[in-house]
Amino acid sequence: MSAVITVEKLSKQYRIGHAKQDTTLRESLSNLLTMGFLCNKSQQETIWALRDVSFSMERGETVGIIGRNGAGKSTLLKILSKITYPTSGAIRVNGKVAALLEVGTGFHQELTGRENIYMNGSILGMRKKEVDRKLEAIIEFSGVEKFLDTPIKRYSSGMRLRLGFAVAAHLDPDIMIVDEVLAVGDASFQKKCLNAMENLRAAARTVLFVSHNLAAVENLCRRCIWIDGGQVRMDGESRSVIEAYMGSMTGSKNLSAGLDDVQNRRGNGKVRYRAVEFLSPGGTSQRVVRSGDGVTIRFHYSVSEPIAFPSFGFRMYTDMGTLVTDTSTWHHGIAIPLLEPGEGHLDLEIDCLNLLPAKYTLSLWLTDMVGGVVYDNVEHGVTVDVETADIYQSGRDIDNRCGIVFFPQKWNLSGIAEGGTASKHAQRPQATLAT
Amino acid sequence: MGNDSMRELWRYRELLYFFAWREIKLRYRQAAFGVAWALIQPLFGMILFTLVFGRLAHMPSDGVPYPIFCYSALVLWTYFSGVLAIASTSLTTNSSLIEKVYFPRMFLPVGTAVAGLLDFLVGTLLLVGLMYYYHVRASWALLLSPLFVLMLIILTTGVSMMLAALNVRYRDIKFAVPFLIQVWLFATPVIYPVTMVPSRFRPILALNPCWGIVDGFRACLFPGLPFHFKLIATSMGVVIALFLAGSYYFHWAEKSFADVI
Repeated sequence: MSAVITVEKLSKQYRIGHAKQDTTLRESLSNLLTMGFLCNKSQQETIWALRDVSFSMERGETVGIIGRNGAGKSTLLKILSKITYPTSGAIRVNGKVAALLEVGTGFHQELTGRENIYMNGSILGMRKKEVDRKLEAIIEFSGVEKFLDTPIKRYSSGMRLRLGFAVAAHLDPDIMIVDEVLAVGDASFQKKCLNAMENLRAAARTVLFVSHNLAAVENLCRRCIWIDGGQVRMDGESRSVIEAYMGSMTGSKNLSAGLDDVQNRRGNGKVRYRAVEFLSPGGTSQRVVRSGDGVTIRFHYSVSEPIAFPSFGFRMYTDMGTLVTDTSTWHHGIAIPLLEPGEGHLDLEIDCLNLLPAKYTLSLWLTDMVGGVVYDNVEHGVTVDVETADIYQSGRDIDNRCGIVFFPQKWNLSGIAEGGTASKHAQRPQATLAT
Repeated sequence: MGNDSMRELWRYRELLYFFAWREIKLRYRQAAFGVAWALIQPLFGMILFTLVFGRLAHMPSDGVPYPIFCYSALVLWTYFSGVLAIASTSLTTNSSLIEKVYFPRMFLPVGTAVAGLLDFLVGTLLLVGLMYYYHVRASWALLLSPLFVLMLIILTTGVSMMLAALNVRYRDIKFAVPFLIQVWLFATPVIYPVTMVPSRFRPILALNPCWGIVDGFRACLFPGLPFHFKLIATSMGVVIALFLAGSYYFHWAEKSFADVI
């Protein structure tokens, strides 16, 4: 394996206040004069968009870049694609690069669809012969055959997008750099994009992919780099990097809720919940809980006097107040003969947390087996954010618009008649996707 | 410029063609007269100047009929000024391209200079027609005329690159260029002959590279007009200097285009 991209101590400094649109010669001259007289250089504020970023990529690797807005992701891509130059540091790129920072770069309103295919292809580094050769395929892919000789100013934004993407999908670079392209367009367009990326990956191309769609990143990239404040915060296996990133977004170090300070609770207090922890199946504490994760919920309690046959339980609600589930040791028919005074904990093991991403709250209960005596009850005492994950391995962002829960499931297409409408889609090579 | 950037320019050479092609396509799209505008512009200039300077002011023209005397320079001037006006803003009007994709930035102003050649060619055809109409008997010197056209193209490209790059940082250029073109026209012997200027001023005026180009071009076309070799050599030197200055400044400035634009 050889490195195709090597980035060493890359830094980029921007002068703010100086790089504005309205620079004029007059300003520049007057600045020169005042600077000369006052030596007042501190007026120029600078920011580091990137600071000492180093990493390398192997041939055929697909790497995702994640981070907050303004973290430096775009600056990094712009430097890698030679749009802008670093203040210091070095990049070595081994191969032909195509950077897709926008769909339809260089499209001109007045030019026809066909003319724009050539223009756009050429700007993205395609040879004219190459475009000639791929023209049929590009047109077919874009689905705008009928309007090919119409100026694109008459196109809808969707048509323009499809045309732009059709060109991009037929680039054949060694290294592909893609930025947020998936953020635009409707669901079917996003699917096309993901499929095209999948094809690139399958063809052992090197892909660098920036997106806010973490599910897509996780689906496409085995490795992920998290950029924060212009620096590489974490670089490693996608799943763990995304989890750490999500953990930083929610702000808490550990997903545990201490309950000792809760005033608003009912019950006689003979047994009390002290804390609730969310652990990974191995028992280590977890920073985020994601859809489809295996999760262990650990209930810590303390007992002040011996209790026979208690029942531990909780209710989970959505933040809209809908009851999601009510479960307890009693529901499971588990009898706990005796709790001795002291500390202890009880684990609830969930193999697959089939909740869709949203905020959920837990109300905790500790009662006797018949429910007549309440030892402890904390209403909405624990909050948990379930984060998005690539639950259907589709790269789609499945969120709370899709409901509250999902079931382990698969679609079976064997009953679809040949020659029906569905097979038309299946003929398109890009539309086949393992689900 | 290093070898690398040269190789890069070569690798992207087709893009230069596409930029020029796009400009030509766009220039005459939805224009009823189309490419005829390439004729109308210098032709009207010729008629106007002939009426005002030829007929009213009785401007001398070294024994050549004034209309063709004037037009022979106007065809060069129209190319130069037309390209300059568009090329100087070529980077800023394509700012979205510069921010979103890498390509040799030089191709934007240079593409304009290439696209202008079509209009120039059309204008030249009219010049041939006029020479026939005025019974100008061409001599062997005519074979030298491409040399002056080449000088013109090199000059135009160099100045275009410089103005385009400057305009990225200083938007004053956009306002200064029309003014610059106007002044430059009168500093160039388009409507008057070189011989009208006292010879002691000529070395200074030859620093205006258009001076040598126009004078040399006319000497090629009209037998009997002398080549002012010193003057042409000076202008040639200035052309090369401006071209080098333009391309070096461009190469230096292009690193920050995406940040500043």
